[in-house]
Formats: sequence, structure tokens, C-alpha cells
Amino acid sequence: MSLLMVEGLDKAFGGVIAARAVSFALEAGELLAVIGPNGAGKSTVFNIIGGQLRPDAGRVVLAGDTITGLAPRAVWRKGLGRTFQVAQTFISMSVTENVQMALMSWHGEAASLTASAAGLRRAEAIGLLGLVGMAEAADRPISALAYGDVKRVELAIALAGEPKLLLMDEPTAGMAPKERAALMQLVAGLARERKIGVLFTEHDMAAVFGHADRILVLMHGEVIASGPPDAVRRDPKVRDVYLGESGLAAANAAGTAP
Amino acid sequence: MDLPFLVTQSLSGLASASSLFIISCGLTIVFGVTRIVNFAHGSFYMLGAYLAVSIVPRLLDLHYSLPMFLAGIVAAAVVVGLVGVVMEVVLLRRIYRAPELFQLLATFGVVLVIEDLVVTFWGPLDLMGARAPGMRGAVDILGNRFPVYQLFLIGTGVLVLALLWLLMHRTRYGVLVRAATQDREMVGALGVNQAILFTGTLFLGSFLAGLGGALQSPLIAANSHMDIAIIAEAFVVTVIGGMGSVPGAFLAALLIGQLQAFGILIVPKATLVLVFALMAVVLIVKPWGLLGRPEAPATRAAPEGIANLKPFGRVERIAAVLALGVALLLPVFGDAYLVKLGTEILIFALAAFSLNLLLGNGGIVSFGHAAYFGIGAYAAGLLAIRLGMAMLPALMLAPIVAGLFAALFGVFIVRLSGIYLAMLTLAFAQIAYAVAFQWVGLTGGDNGILGIWPPDWASGRTAYYYLVLVFAVAAIAALRHAIYAPFGATLRAARDSAVRADAIGIDVKLYRLAAFALAGAAAGLAGALYAFANGSIDPTLLAIPLSIDMLAMTLAGGIQTVIGPLVGAAAFHTAKDFFMPLTDYWRLLLGLAIIAMVLAAPQGLAGGWARLRSRFSGAPA
Repeated sequence: MSLLMVEGLDKAFGGVIAARAVSFALEAGELLAVIGPNGAGKSTVFNIIGGQLRPDAGRVVLAGDTITGLAPRAVWRKGLGRTFQVAQTFISMSVTENVQMALMSWHGEAASLTASAAGLRRAEAIGLLGLVGMAEAADRPISALAYGDVKRVELAIALAGEPKLLLMDEPTAGMAPKERAALMQLVAGLARERKIGVLFTEHDMAAVFGHADRILVLMHGEVIASGPPDAVRRDPKVRDVYLGESGLAAANAAGTAP
Repeated sequence: MDLPFLVTQSLSGLASASSLFIISCGLTIVFGVTRIVNFAHGSFYMLGAYLAVSIVPRLLDLHYSLPMFLAGIVAAAVVVGLVGVVMEVVLLRRIYRAPELFQLLATFGVVLVIEDLVVTFWGPLDLMGARAPGMRGAVDILGNRFPVYQLFLIGTGVLVLALLWLLMHRTRYGVLVRAATQDREMVGALGVNQAILFTGTLFLGSFLAGLGGALQSPLIAANSHMDIAIIAEAFVVTVIGGMGSVPGAFLAALLIGQLQAFGILIVPKATLVLVFALMAVVLIVKPWGLLGRPEAPATRAAPEGIANLKPFGRVERIAAVLALGVALLLPVFGDAYLVKLGTEILIFALAAFSLNLLLGNGGIVSFGHAAYFGIGAYAAGLLAIRLGMAMLPALMLAPIVAGLFAALFGVFIVRLSGIYLAMLTLAFAQIAYAVAFQWVGLTGGDNGILGIWPPDWASGRTAYYYLVLVFAVAAIAALRHAIYAPFGATLRAARDSAVRADAIGIDVKLYRLAAFALAGAAAGLAGALYAFANGSIDPTLLAIPLSIDMLAMTLAGGIQTVIGPLVGAAAFHTAKDFFMPLTDYWRLLLGLAIIAMVLAAPQGLAGGWARLRSRFSGAPA
């Protein structure tokens, strides 16, 4: 059975159809990219899986549990870690406190009135920060970090819940090209090593075609193509409606890169 | 109850709805354009009434006629409109981008200033306005007499609605107002002269408030307490109708008018409660009011409140030990006055500290924290007097009662955010106030209950001081620990990013509710201690001015710090105790101080200390 199974998702906002019969599956350790023009329904699908939206029809199954319509906090308990298009962190805290917070929540210590929060789970948090290459910044205020680094910390936060699935909404948005490649490599490495499934959206075609195992193309809320990068790159429909000349060039460059 | 009676009752409901609409639509228009909830709107209403009392008789002396009466009413409203313009230019312009809490407090500062100025100019006595020539009688409606002037009020309300509709839909100004109400950023992008738009809107809104007050002057004697009474009602109307919506205000005013007219027949003593209960019900079903639209959450770079929580450094630890030492020795070197002052400071320090658990730590703007202080005081007082309970058990039970009420109200409050949340905390506080005021049988009504004294062993000033010291320091230490514990960190996390908190398994509303109950319980303990210190309880312990005092203490100390509210409470209460007997202008001075604080030092006293500390330790500010 697949790690994530999405079956027949429908969602409409007023008269606008944001998702129609969206179905796909994702295996553990696999990177699946969802691409498509603005308004294609990528964020809608993400928010349904993440629990921020409830679908009109269809269901989402994560590791055998149906999670459709569960609140985000419940979906996290089922093993879903999430990063957002605009990084969501606790701006008043230090880098390590951000990760400690997620760890405290994961271990059911968030409501404690007796412990002291400052040192709780600190070593573990620094370990996670080490994974994403941010251990040195542990004690800096997160508000002082460059945006690319904030996104790395957000990844560490998402990893705190020992996720089976990472849901990453434009993980490299707002980053410099070099940072992007490094982050995607980091994610791919973590996914393979820890058997984490990664579902991500991205506008940067180099990141998509360079790192995804499979690609899903959405258009007007419907899946118009899916498959390995090569197949998607060659799909004439995808070229027409989405990639265009420059996207194709980027996709080709990523595909031929070593 | 026959048909004619119901008709006249309904008509008088319409008349009060009409007045309420005229006032509330001004408030809602100002909010729509400026996004500021103007507390001073009630003061403008009061000014309108007083000005009409002064102007109308002079005009009637010139020529006793209805047109002269109307001219006087309009003139009073125009003057109030100009006062609104002054307020916009001098104050509001500087705080359009400030956090809601500061905006509310600044406009409340204006309330205090106007209240004292009104008493200075017109004196403390209630003043009745001149009655309208030709409208002094009554007409016969289905066999019942109904005052002509009430009919005139109904007509005026409809006329104002019609004129506003024309203004909003047939003039360029009106189009801009509607556009700004829907999307403020867009209007900025259109290159509209915002200064004129905003100033004009303040004129219009204040004019309407003044008109409402002037029209009431023949019916209700102008007095210096009518500002708070009306603003609470106007808040309710705008919140029920949807903030920024004129038709919503009309609808809500109609509902409330009828509810009051008929509610008084069914539950004569609980009309205030009925009105606020209606508001609570509407907000549960439609959190943005009947015709309101969801407010997009404000995105701010940094949250207001406790940031960068650090354990005490050496300097702070020494200061804390010194403060505790002074507190312990106070009865040794201090006189009776100092001991009394110290007792009160300790009590208010606990109250302000509990408020900052919500405000600074949770980002929950509570505008009715006095409610839980008051509920604690009433619980202690009623348990002691009506049930004959001893003081210590009463002191233990009172916080539980206050915490339970805070949890009950909190269930509704934590569903909302931003300005709606603040309004709802205020509304629940007013419900509590109304119950204390109207349920005379239980609470003694306006007079309250006397004779709540500690038992002999604690009845000396010094003994009671030490008792308060033990309770207050223990409660403050416990709350402080909660702030440093994971629970406090989780609250700050939810404040910083509710979306992120939710995505890492945190039930944001549940944590806010728990914080609300905890803060309510702590405030309740403070209230209970106050009841036994004072020997009496009365409705002012739950009233808006005390809530504002607590906010002022917390802000004066700085909501960015953990200990700030304690410093603020000591500074504020000492200043109040020292200056209030010396001057007739305490409210004026307090109002000006609040305005100055919001404009000049939004970080408060202890916030300034934190900045100094980071500057000298070389850390980035």
C-alpha cells in the first residue's frame, strides 16, 4: 500500500472549481512534485491534505489512516510535517526554541506548567538543526536569519514530528538559485535516508526536474499528466499549457545535469 | 397585553432604535474607513447633548419656532463634527498603523479628557435640554397616547438612513468611503487624498454622534456618565450589524430597539443582559456580525508582546530580591498610609500581571479584564456575607468562580481574533457589570455590599498586608513560572503564528481558553483580596474604567516584558493615589498621560529597561 493515497478530491469555491477528481499516490522515500500554472489548484490540494481545507468529495489516506477533514494538528499526529509557501515560524523565538517548541508538542509536553521550557529538548533540537545545516545559528533570533535559512529551520520544525510525509509548498520560493539546489538536495537526501515521502509544489523548473522522482501536472483543478520527469517533459500537452519555451529549457537543463 | 399597547410599545422601540442607529452608524463609518474603533464616539454623543442644552434655548429666545430648534440641534452636531476633525488631525493620524490595543487606548484617553472638560464647562449637575416647539404633545394611536417627539425621532432615523444612502451611492466621497471600507490598501493605490478622506469621515462620524446626542437632549438630561453608557450600546450595535456596515447598523439597531421595548415587559431587570446576550448569540452564529465581512488577519513583522524571553540576569535578580525585601519591611518603616498603598499595589500588580499573561504572552487583547477581578470580589463578598463563609475558604473559592466564568466567556471569545475579540471581551465585561448592577436582590445593585471584613487575626492593616503579600507573591510567582514553562511558550508560539502552531499539533483555541481561565482566576484572586481590603464591593469593580486602569498599568510597565506589569502597577497606582486627591482633573491628566504614552513610549517603562539592557550588553536590539 502506498504511503499517501489521494482519491477523487473535489473542491469548489463558489462557482470556481479548484480541484476535480484529483487522485494520485506517493510512496515512502519518493519525491513527488505538483506543478501547474497559478490557480491550477496546487495550494487547494495541499491544504486539503494538510487539513486546512475540507474537500467537497474524495478522501486522503496517510499510512493506512483516513485523514480527510482532520484538523492540521491531528494530521501532524498522523505523521505529516508541513512547510509553507511563506515560511511560518515563531518570530519572537530563537532558532532552537522554534524547533524545541515542535518537539515539546510532539512529545506531549506543550501543556506542562511545571517544566522550564528553556532547556527542554534542546539537545534534540540542535540535532535536527544539524541535519538541515543550521546548528551554528541555534541561539540566534529567527527574525535575524536570511530567508533561505528560515526555510531550512522550517524544515527542521517539520521534521520534529518524525514525519512519514513532508508537505512542502514552494520550498525554494524567495531563495537564491544556489540555495535552491542545496535545499532540494538536502530534502532528497533526507527523504531517501529516512524513507520520508515528499510532496512539493514548485515554480522553479530546475528544482522540479532535477529532484522529483515523479511529477504531477495540474490544470484548472484537474490532473492532466503525471509520470517520471522525462515523460512529463515530453508530454505535448504539458509543453503547451505550462512549460512553454523557458520552462522547457530549464527542465532540459536540469534533466541533462549530472 | 392588547394590540394597541403592543403597537405603542413597538413604536417606542422604533424611536430608541432610531437614535441608536444615528449614533452607531457614525461609529461604524469611522471604523470602516480608518479601522479604528473610536471609544470617544460616546463622548461626542455626550458633547452633542451638552451643546444642544446650551445652544438651543438661546436660539429659541431669538425666535420660538421649530426651525430654530432644528437649527440649534444641527449647529450642536456641526460643532461636534469639528471636534472630531481636531481629534483626527491631532491624534488619529499618528496611530492608523499602530496595534489595535494602542488605538483603543488612545481613543479612551480622549474619553477621559472630554469627561473632565465637560464637567468643567457645564458643571456636575444633570442638564435638561429645551423641548421642541410644536412637538411637546402626544397623538392618539389606537387609543393610546404616543409622544409626537418620539415619532419625530423615528422619522429622523429614516431620513438619516436615506441621506447616508444618497451620500454613499451618489457622491464621489461616498464611493471612496465604501471603497476604503472594503479594501484600504486599494484606496491608497488609487492615489486618493487620504488625509481629506479620513478627516472628512471623522467629521461625518462625529457629526452623527453629536446629532444623536443633541436629539436626545429634550428627553434625557445631559450628564457626564452618558458617554460610557452609550458607547457600550453603540459597540453592540456595530458588532451585531457587522463593523463597517451601515445597513447592518440599521438592522441591529432595529433588533435591539424591539428587544429592549419588549424585553422590559418580560424580564424588567435584565434588559442590559438581554442586549449583550443577543450580541453573543449573533457572534457565535456569524462571527463577523449580520452584514459584516471577515477581517483579514493583520500581518505584522513582529508580534506585540513578550519576545525573547530571558531568565533573570544578575541585575534583575538583585532588583527582585530588593523589591521583595522592601515589601517585607514596608510595615516596619512605613506608616498606615504606606501599608494601605502597598496592599493595593500588590493586589493590582497581581491583576495587571494576570492581564499580561493574555496580552503580552498570548496576544489576546482583553478589554474587560476587570470583569474577572470584579467576579472574584463579588464571589468572595457574597460567600462571606450571604453564606457566612470564613475569609480563607472564600479567598480560595473566589478565584475558582472567576476562572469558571472566564472559561465560560472564553469559549466564545477565543473563537474570534483582533478587534472583534477585544469587543467581545468588553461585551462580556458589560454583561457582568449589568448583572451586578441590576440584580439588586443578590448584589445590592449600585450600592453594592458593605461589611466584608477579614476575621480578627487578619483585621489589622499590617496583618492583612502580609496576607496579601503571601497570596499575591505566590500567585505572581506561579504565573511567572507558567510563562517560562512550555505552556507559556506554546501561548507565545500560537500568538506568533497560529498556522504554524496548528501544523505542529497545537490546539490554539484550547490553549487560549486555558490561558483565559488561568488569567481570570488570578484576577479573581486579586479581586477577592481587594474585597476584604476594602470592606465592600460595588459594580465599579467590574466596570470599564477599571479595565482601562489595568491596561494602563500593564502598558506603562511594558507588555514586552514579564515583570513590566508589576512595575507599571506600582507606578500607576502610586501616581493615582497621590494625584487624585490633589486635583479635580485626574481623568484629564490620566487621559493625556495615556495618549502621550501611546504616542511616545509604546514600549512602556520596563520595555525601555529591556532596550537599555540589550544596548549595553551589545546584543542586537
